Amino acid sequence: MPKRIPVVEKILSANDRIAQENRARLDEAGVFSINLMASPGAGKTSLIEHTVQRLARQFRLAAIDGDIATSIDADRAAAAGATAIQINTGGQCHLDAVMLRDALKQLDLIEFDLLLVENVGNLVCPADFELGTHKNVLIASIPEGDDKPYKYPGMYKDVDALIVNKIDLLPYIAFDMDYFRRGVELLNPGLVTFPISCRTTEGLDEWLDWIKTNARP
Amino acid sequence: MHELAITQQILGIALKHGQSVKAKKITDLYLVIGQLSSVVDDSVQFYWDMISEGTICQGAKLHFDRIPASLECRHCGEIYTLEDGTLTPCPRCDSINVNVITGKEFRLESLEVEE
Repeated sequence: MPKRIPVVEKILSANDRIAQENRARLDEAGVFSINLMASPGAGKTSLIEHTVQRLARQFRLAAIDGDIATSIDADRAAAAGATAIQINTGGQCHLDAVMLRDALKQLDLIEFDLLLVENVGNLVCPADFELGTHKNVLIASIPEGDDKPYKYPGMYKDVDALIVNKIDLLPYIAFDMDYFRRGVELLNPGLVTFPISCRTTEGLDEWLDWIKTNARP
Repeated sequence: MHELAITQQILGIALKHGQSVKAKKITDLYLVIGQLSSVVDDSVQFYWDMISEGTICQGAKLHFDRIPASLECRHCGEIYTLEDGTLTPCPRCDSINVNVITGKEFRLESLEVEE
């Protein structure tokens, strides 16, 4: 006879459990960690380069770069002055907690204060997989268009901070900032937002101050 | 895309619970998926048929219970549902200060098993 049995288990509970373990390891070692998510080309690696260069005196920095293939991003983070680990996901469209756990094993965490995790360029899948980092940050960029909060609500809904990169291109691109901000506000009221340009470095100070305020000394 | 990773998680949870009641076979899975969760039913079913092969879940049917997104306006208290998953301001006062009540569900609710 068929029988119905109750389960009521969150489908990603295994990932969430490992994310909690990652967080515990980072907390124990006193490492403040940020998961950077964005579409391809929004400026994740450029932001990491600037952040590393500007904070290298105050923080011992590590970067973990997720990509489907190549070590281009980790090489750039290392050239900027961070200890960098590349994760090749082998086709998977996002990082998950297991991948981060394995990458963390390659770092002597006690030697670091700040960890920047660069997720795979994608506005859909990374939102569903908690890594265990202290903050989830989304980088939007002007050329992507002002409709992205409406089209990718899952990504905008739960992040802790938003960077709007490439503001130096605003004079050349039809980007309605009010429409964009209204979409963000609908999904994530009061979200702390940093309009920046990695090219001109405008706005970077505010972003760096936010890190300094949130990271424990 | 990430439907494969999700399907593997579903299989893992189903096998764990099926084995705990010593099921011979798992015939049906009842999933609860909110409208705002980005999961494609057909894609999950496709992967499911592949990866459940050779397990007690082989041939099991996946049932998707889609929960519509409902929101509550923090400004005027209006509760409203979304037509197609696109987030819209409060229909009564046009406020964008709203709170998602349902639509983010993503769980395996129950299994049907043969013992």
